[in-house]
Amino acid sequence: MSGILAGGPVIPNFGTGSHCVTHNDLFCADWVRDNWHGVLEPALVQHIELSAKAVAIGFAIAFVAAVAARRARLVETPFRLFSAFVYTIPSLALFQLLIPITGLTDTTVEIALVGYTLLILFRNILAGLRSVPEDVLESARGMGLTATQILWRIELPLALPSIVAGVRIATVSTISLATIAAFVRPIGLGYPIFIAIGDDIFKTELIAAGVLAVALALVSDVVLVLVQRLLTPWVRARAA
Amino acid sequence: MTGLADTFQPSTFVDAFRFIGDNGWLIWHKTVEQLVLSGSAMGVAIGIAIPLGVWLGHVHRGSFAAINVSNVGRALPSLAVIAIALPFLGVGFWDVLLALVVLAVPLMLTNAYVAVDEVDRDVVEAARGMGMRGRDILLRVELPLALPLLFAGIRTAAVYVVSTATIAAIAGGGGLGDIIVNQASYRLEGVIGAAICVAALAILADFLLGIVQYLVSPRGLRRRPAFEPDLAKAIPLPGP
Repeated sequence: MSGILAGGPVIPNFGTGSHCVTHNDLFCADWVRDNWHGVLEPALVQHIELSAKAVAIGFAIAFVAAVAARRARLVETPFRLFSAFVYTIPSLALFQLLIPITGLTDTTVEIALVGYTLLILFRNILAGLRSVPEDVLESARGMGLTATQILWRIELPLALPSIVAGVRIATVSTISLATIAAFVRPIGLGYPIFIAIGDDIFKTELIAAGVLAVALALVSDVVLVLVQRLLTPWVRARAA
Repeated sequence: MTGLADTFQPSTFVDAFRFIGDNGWLIWHKTVEQLVLSGSAMGVAIGIAIPLGVWLGHVHRGSFAAINVSNVGRALPSLAVIAIALPFLGVGFWDVLLALVVLAVPLMLTNAYVAVDEVDRDVVEAARGMGMRGRDILLRVELPLALPLLFAGIRTAAVYVVSTATIAAIAGGGGLGDIIVNQASYRLEGVIGAAICVAALAILADFLLGIVQYLVSPRGLRRRPAFEPDLAKAIPLPGP
């Protein structure tokens, strides 16, 4: 297990060692209280930062690629193949593969996470752009809109449902993958999990960190659903 | 930290294939472990998701549940599920099996539901007019027409389960992940070699299930282009 725990000092998780903690009972609320500021909160904050950055960067790249692919089909196949190729690499391996290239840093973790968002985001953004009916584009052109104006005023608003759906999936899967990043770097909610597995299955920490990760994923999903509804009120109006 | 800083050269990829060749027995053994784990998880998940999804689709009820359960399930990070269940199930097979079932059920449930629910009502009406009853309609009309999409869900889930089974190694579940998490013993070429095997396994599973999907589809539906389910409703994915 020492390989797993590599990358930082082992936090003394057994802390003050109440009876519950020393006996490794199922869940010790006192441990969570004592270690919230030292262990869990920083891990949660790191996890949010890590995931948000990855989705933001991945979105920027996928967006540019999708808009380019909409204009020139030549762009589509190479980017799709590349992102699908990255997607087939198991995350546990990709984090390690990048270390010799980009170093044992958080950037390495970030690059891998960005790589995994590309396929979903690219696919959904492009599908959204392509779903705009040809006659709508025709009337836009007829009204004298330029290609750029059509992109921002016609295509993007109509593509929004598909784009937000893609961001939603990319976000929850990034939160999931970011837990595994702790295999190489002491960062995010995966780190306390790896520590607890190494610490003879320290139950309280496993449950606390696991529940936080699940809660983070669910809350993000719900927030994005709300964003989706706010951004595209017409979808619900039409369905009703 | 030893072993995580192997130098990386293009020749490492050649070495990775040499590793696979030189360690045929080890790779075979770990591959079988991974397949047994994935197969068991798929078996359990199919047993839960397909009957439930098909039934809900047949009675056209519970769309909210069928789609939302799967959105919730999709958002759960696999490592977090492994961590939360670890104190209850202990290190090894069952813990990882649970996480994989949690991963697979939502994907298949949504697809099975949507597949049966969206069978053309006129066709069902015609069958009723020919004197068919509920069970006949389900088995002889709805199921055959739903099979392509229903099977697409099974196929997607299988790919995710096979590749996600890699993280079983973190919780003592065996499989090719055992090589990937042990760079200290197997060096970077071993990590890459095992990763190649995981990717190949996932692609192979997708390919073979694609053939099965073609074979189980009714003849009249085979020539239709691959059905792309509604992106917002039934998109795959947690993460590799």
